[in-house]
Amino acid sequence: MSRKITIEPVTRVEGHGKVTIHIDHEGNVTQTRLHIVEFRGFERFIQGRPYWEAPVLVERLCGICPVSHHLAAAKALDVIVGAGTGEGLTPTGEKMRRLMHYGQFFQSHALHFFHLASPDLLFGIDADPAIRNVIGVALKHKDLAVQGVLMRKFGQEIIKATAGKKIHGTGAIPGGINKNLSIEERDSFLKGPDPLNADKMVEWASGALDFFKTFHKGHKELIDNFSKFPSSHLSLVRKDGAMDLYHGVLRAIDSQGRKILNDVDYQEYTQYINEEVRPWSYMKFPYLTHLGETDGWYRVGPLARLNTCDFIPTPLAQKEFELFRAYTNGKPNNMCMHYHWARLIETLHAAEMIRQLLHDPDLHGNNLVTIGKKQKEGVGLIEAPRGTLFHHYRINDNDQIEMANLIVSTTNNNEPMNRAVNCVATSMMTGKKEITEGMMNAVEVAIRAYDPCLSCATHALGNMPLEISLYDQNNSLIDRKSK
Amino acid sequence: MSEKIAFTIDGVTCKGEKGQFLVDAARDNGIYIPTLCNIPGVNPKSCCRICTVYVNGLPMTACSLQVFDGMEIINDTPALIEQRKIILEALFVEGNHYCPFCEKSGNCMLQALAYRFGMLAPRFPYTFPVREVDASHPKIIKDQNRCILCKRCIKAIKDEKGRSIFAYHRRGNKLRVHIDPKLALALTDELAQKAMDVCPVGSILVREKGYRVPIGQRTYDKMPIGSDIEVKK
Ligand code: SF4
Ligand code: FES
Repeated sequence: MSRKITIEPVTRVEGHGKVTIHIDHEGNVTQTRLHIVEFRGFERFIQGRPYWEAPVLVERLCGICPVSHHLAAAKALDVIVGAGTGEGLTPTGEKMRRLMHYGQFFQSHALHFFHLASPDLLFGIDADPAIRNVIGVALKHKDLAVQGVLMRKFGQEIIKATAGKKIHGTGAIPGGINKNLSIEERDSFLKGPDPLNADKMVEWASGALDFFKTFHKGHKELIDNFSKFPSSHLSLVRKDGAMDLYHGVLRAIDSQGRKILNDVDYQEYTQYINEEVRPWSYMKFPYLTHLGETDGWYRVGPLARLNTCDFIPTPLAQKEFELFRAYTNGKPNNMCMHYHWARLIETLHAAEMIRQLLHDPDLHGNNLVTIGKKQKEGVGLIEAPRGTLFHHYRINDNDQIEMANLIVSTTNNNEPMNRAVNCVATSMMTGKKEITEGMMNAVEVAIRAYDPCLSCATHALGNMPLEISLYDQNNSLIDRKSK
Repeated sequence: MSEKIAFTIDGVTCKGEKGQFLVDAARDNGIYIPTLCNIPGVNPKSCCRICTVYVNGLPMTACSLQVFDGMEIINDTPALIEQRKIILEALFVEGNHYCPFCEKSGNCMLQALAYRFGMLAPRFPYTFPVREVDASHPKIIKDQNRCILCKRCIKAIKDEKGRSIFAYHRRGNKLRVHIDPKLALALTDELAQKAMDVCPVGSILVREKGYRVPIGQRTYDKMPIGSDIEVKK
């Protein structure tokens, strides 16, 4: 009898997803799909709004990474108001935005690692779900849980100082920023009471990385082989090949490390990237146009960024980067669970960048905004914590948004997440008569490695009901389990 | 010297001057009577009714009532607060008030009054009217979604010949405040900014100037609306 298994909703990710796994008469997995059933429609309902509202409007897409949308939109509008990209801003404008962005990276990565991902590592993928959650972490590993909370708090305070609010601020405006950093604000981050200061954050980020590396040593099989498959990788890099999360050129490599998109200007992304629509998902499937729908898909996010860049421009993260690259002999790393490793290296890089920026006097300048010759269209690209984020706007003669196209990080990872689910389902469910909770969680673990943001409802406690439905080949429900 | 008048507000003895409007006299005595459509120094029109108080037992709008000797005014009672909340809620459901991304957020009187009077969810159903954004004028944008028809712009924004640049158009629930397209061409940068400032909500926006004032430095970020009057008490 062929069966269809539905895991709905997927827990401990942002928003709602649904996984279906089709099993044939012999018990083989024949098809798996990650369905994105949320529909949000931002691209449509911002049409007609004055363009300068976009950074404040579209950041409502997300409660965890609003800063990424805020900045990607602001970067697109920089082009529209004639400030150009990157270097076009004043030093204060650009560096305040960078500080905001690294604060965002730091808090988002800390949230993901400590609260969403660590329960699986600390307790095991098939541990009792009653303890395999952030409360379990808080009870058993209090230090880690507290560090996670305080690291997130530090990042949030940086966001507040630069954007005005921890969530949904208004700091970035077309052509720059609306405030500088006061000396008092700087001092509170550099010399704040232990542990809430930049030095401690660097130390804790290193500690989290050590924790992961120790865990890796003891669980090589799981970390290296769980949902491993070759893929291309795409991200922004600085013009000299350095990791740059805020600004740069677009680079993609294939699974062997060959460049398949060679440091191109992202204003022209439509020449290189296309999106495929599939009838069973609201989320599109982007691909590199010249490689086509079948072969052009790629991964984005921490793993992709560490694969595409040549080096990391902060010393501690660079050392870790060298170890990371040495692990695969310099070849692209295609191991899904290494997303966590890469994410922690980025967390350390973000902490170092924050500390470095805080020492920069440009943050206290008063020249905040650049305006030049008005353009009709602009593209903003940024590396969001979850991966490359595209915002593209066109305005009419009356300054109203006429067209908006957003390719969010999770959309870029749509195909890889589907493949990850397939990998796990095939290896763990083939020939099995009964589906255990541990197997279900394994599918979620694969998705969770990508830290997807499927919409805006957080299920951080991991206590959403998990529903499993079995269907026969005629798609009639024959069994349903829920936890 | 003008004639002095004595009256009470909620039992507190106050002094005013003959011809003075009650809201202004109350303000001089450190008592806040909420207003929305009223602009000090401009003839009142009593459009919004948020300033309604009881004068010797009768409901009256404090923005248009001149003080007289022996007035006994009730301003701060649970019933009046509730009445003000009802007006605010009605204004919120009648338009499309996109506060979260509004440029005027933090500087908006409607939002500030809603905070002051503890408005949470409105008791009336939202009407979700279909309203347009008029972006055809060179200096300003008129977002009809947020207009509360208070007439402040009509009363305060005039060209050099004294003609109103803004005017009521149509009637009933189709009533809109429109901009005279010809007169709008004469808007200077200063007058455009004045129009935005005079509008108590975010219905009049100066082009390309959004969000320049950071959160924390906006009018109502630190103290609730009316607190500046009450501290004088
Ligand atoms: S545009 Fe503003 S000032 Fe004019 S009537 Fe509407 S709300 Fe009042
Ligand atoms: S302020 Fe008195 S009626 Fe509006």
